[in-house]
Amino acid sequence: MNASVEPTAVTATPARPVKRRKSLPKPVAFFARLCRERPLGAVGALICLVLLFTGVFADLIAPQGYNAINPIDRLQPPSAEYWFGTDQLGRDIFARIVHGARLSVIVAFAATTLSIVLSALLGIVSGYFGGRLDMLIQRIVDGWMCFPDLILLIVAVAVLGPGTWQIIVILGLLFGIAGSRIVRGAVLSAKQNVYVHAAQSMGASSTRILWHHILPNVMAPLIVLYTTRLAAVILAESGLSFLGLGIPPPSPSWGGMLSLDGRSYMFQAPWLAIIPGIALTVVVFGINMFGDALRDMLDPRMRGGTGRYMARVKRGTGV
Amino acid sequence: MNMKAHDVTRRTLLDVRNLHTVFEKDGNEVHAVNQVSFDVKEGEILAIVGESGSGKSITAMSLLRLIPSPPGRIIGGRVLFNDEDLLDLDDEQIRRLRGRDIAMIFQEPMTSLNPSLRIGRQLAEPLLVHGSVPKDQVRERCLELLRQVRLGDPEKRLDAYPHELSGGMRQRVMIAMGLACLPKLLIADEPTTALDVTVQAQILELLRDLVRANNSSMMLITHDLGVVARYADRINVMYAGRIVERGTAEEIFHHPKHPYTLGLMESMPRLDQAPGSRLTPIPGQPPDLSDPPPGCPFHPRCRFAEARCRSERPPLEQLTEHHWKACWVDTDAKR
Amino acid sequence: MGAYILRRLLALIPTLLIASVIVFGVVRLVPGDVLDLMLSENAYSSNAPEDRAQLEKALGMDKPLHMQYLHWIGNAARGDLGESLWRNTPVTEEIGARLGVTLELGILALLIALVIALPVGIFSAIRQETLGDNLGRSFSILALSVPNFWLGTLVVILPALWWGWAPPNKLTPFFEDPIENLKTFLVPSLILGTSLSAVIMRMTRTMMLEVLRQDYIRTAWAKGLRERRVVLVHAVKNAMIPVITLVGILVPILFGGTVIIEQIFRLPGLGQLLLEAVSTRDYPIITGVFLVTGVVVMLVNLIVDLCYGYLDPKVRFDR
Repeated sequence: MNASVEPTAVTATPARPVKRRKSLPKPVAFFARLCRERPLGAVGALICLVLLFTGVFADLIAPQGYNAINPIDRLQPPSAEYWFGTDQLGRDIFARIVHGARLSVIVAFAATTLSIVLSALLGIVSGYFGGRLDMLIQRIVDGWMCFPDLILLIVAVAVLGPGTWQIIVILGLLFGIAGSRIVRGAVLSAKQNVYVHAAQSMGASSTRILWHHILPNVMAPLIVLYTTRLAAVILAESGLSFLGLGIPPPSPSWGGMLSLDGRSYMFQAPWLAIIPGIALTVVVFGINMFGDALRDMLDPRMRGGTGRYMARVKRGTGV
Repeated sequence: MNMKAHDVTRRTLLDVRNLHTVFEKDGNEVHAVNQVSFDVKEGEILAIVGESGSGKSITAMSLLRLIPSPPGRIIGGRVLFNDEDLLDLDDEQIRRLRGRDIAMIFQEPMTSLNPSLRIGRQLAEPLLVHGSVPKDQVRERCLELLRQVRLGDPEKRLDAYPHELSGGMRQRVMIAMGLACLPKLLIADEPTTALDVTVQAQILELLRDLVRANNSSMMLITHDLGVVARYADRINVMYAGRIVERGTAEEIFHHPKHPYTLGLMESMPRLDQAPGSRLTPIPGQPPDLSDPPPGCPFHPRCRFAEARCRSERPPLEQLTEHHWKACWVDTDAKR
Repeated sequence: MGAYILRRLLALIPTLLIASVIVFGVVRLVPGDVLDLMLSENAYSSNAPEDRAQLEKALGMDKPLHMQYLHWIGNAARGDLGESLWRNTPVTEEIGARLGVTLELGILALLIALVIALPVGIFSAIRQETLGDNLGRSFSILALSVPNFWLGTLVVILPALWWGWAPPNKLTPFFEDPIENLKTFLVPSLILGTSLSAVIMRMTRTMMLEVLRQDYIRTAWAKGLRERRVVLVHAVKNAMIPVITLVGILVPILFGGTVIIEQIFRLPGLGQLLLEAVSTRDYPIITGVFLVTGVVVMLVNLIVDLCYGYLDPKVRFDR
């Protein structure tokens, strides 16, 4: 409360909960450790980097764009000219995959960032302040989590209509609310630490405690949540686009490229069905492996179970 | 002790020779049990005493081949039980022996019972698997066992789950389970460590009485010399994976020779000590067994250590008929 | 036990109410849309305000939102979910006709997943680091990354291309000819079950490893029990507690999967009904399907809780 006293009071607290050095290591040192301890995680990290690179430089890698129609070269099989073949409109699949990577990157990062911010806000408010507000938020989250993700998404798209920003908002909302449980759990356990009581008793303000004591403790689960959500967002977006409810054509969403509209051409040109699926699988595999490795290294508490499982156990369902 | 159990004329039930168990740890071999030899006579209570990490529990688990493998491995020695080498048996043969001829009681009564099975079922298991009792008498035998370990209301306890019992009650159940098939040898690994002091004595007395009544032998593994003095016939003192002193309880208790045993005695409160005298703990830590010191493993902590102790490891040598020690120094003279 | 179930059912009511508010809120976010659509597509010649008002009244949309909700929830409680906007059939009837397909698909997929995952997961744990273990783990890593809609598409396309084989899509009612019926469901539920089994397998393995390290397993060995008994009686029951929880969490995901698989294999289930309703903006159907999925998930969670109580003696029914 007294601003001049506060900083010393906080620094005098003996044990800092999280060593910043550990939760945010230098990239290179971290990658070396990853290679040593979790080689599969390192492979995953590489895949993520390639995806990011492809997304950022899509225009340089495939300058013709994703919608250059070339009716003469319809349904060409993979060749030196068209590495991944062409589709029913003669568009180069390679270019579409590259630009699809950009789309995936945009949707994944935007929706995941939105969801994490929402999770953090909801989780911290609910966990730190507790009481009736917590009760209310948790009951709403309970109700929300009764619905299958995909059904919620379909209904939400039905209301908002398909489109890139709609998908981002919907996915962000969906995963944001579901993820708040994990953040809340982390906040609750951080709150029990002695130094939080110490800071409280010394009259530190709520904002200060949240920022300096709670947030550092929630960082590790948040980072882990972020990576696992990336994969979930990419899968959800492609699933929706597959059903024709995601990002509308001609945008080159990988899921959309596999959609039922193109089904009849796939019998003539199976690479249409194979290549986008491989791209999707490799990316999801990469993010999963990287996320797993990250989880084991940063947040051993979450080991061995999915985040939602831990959240359920913490809330004590079944007792 | 009241029985002359250390009488050499008694038949040897278990004869362990040069038992050697190693653990793989971070690429290093840890010699948890290093060339250990001892024997247990029929009807005898033999104690193995040492700090945690001295290898006494691993020794016990090696006998029944319960070492988790990997990382553990028995690399040498013989374990002769009734003149049959347990290390030569195949998996099925050793399985039939476990719980029937040699039973084991573990130190953690809180976690050593399966939390999701009723007491009655867990207690009946050794009886059923070894066919010691006809099926229709299993329940009666379980009740009898629970009465023997003096657990009140045995009928009700059979249907209870472990979490409904206290620590002492659970350890009584463990003892009943160990004794179910009337084993010839009962290995009790720190049976009272996790219990309240008041319960400890009750449990140990119970164990002793039941073992005597069944005419079984017992290997009592503990870090507590006080426990040993009251209940054991003979004592083996273990340090850093080896036996450093052996003798009858009287010998070890009243005339300890090895500096480590001396240290254990001095760090233990006794009724006969002079008022005002202090307890002296042994300085330092037990050695890292993946990188043991040269010479006698105890020399870094030993107040009698000489030059020779740092370079040459003393063998276990017989001093008198009932007393062995592994030490270069004549501690009696130096004291 | 009966009283316990009753109490759990009663405890569901608040969650159910919140869920219904979510359903109602999400679906009615943009209520004007459907009127425009109906006006333009139906016989209403002009977009005259009177027509609009008349339709609004007919659909009960002229009342304030909370009255609409109370009206809707009151009817829903009596089992009346309204009528389809276009077909004039009761929504409950439409759902009733489709629910069986989805439930059969889901239950078969779950059974297949468990039949694959439990033995392999248990085996993987008791034979850690053997060839079988590594194969099982590689399978689960792979299966976690392959989106099921891609797998489904490949199963439709590739065998047709190579062998001229197509999965049967004629639906025979189960009680008419169970074999034919199961034939239709076999491939779809295998695909759905495979991706589920990966998650369950991982969890089973982790939990078995955890349990096998416990002291009571050592006790069981020391009693002279056979390996089969140690594993099946002493380890599995304890390892199943978190696995059952996981199954409860997977049910909503499974539900989402059925939507996609029904679409790929043209099975007339709830998912297809929902997607049709979304494309025609048939809000009563959307609302109904949405609500029903939520209720089904809640009931499954209840069953999971009961299993939990059976497996874990610390959860007592009579308290």
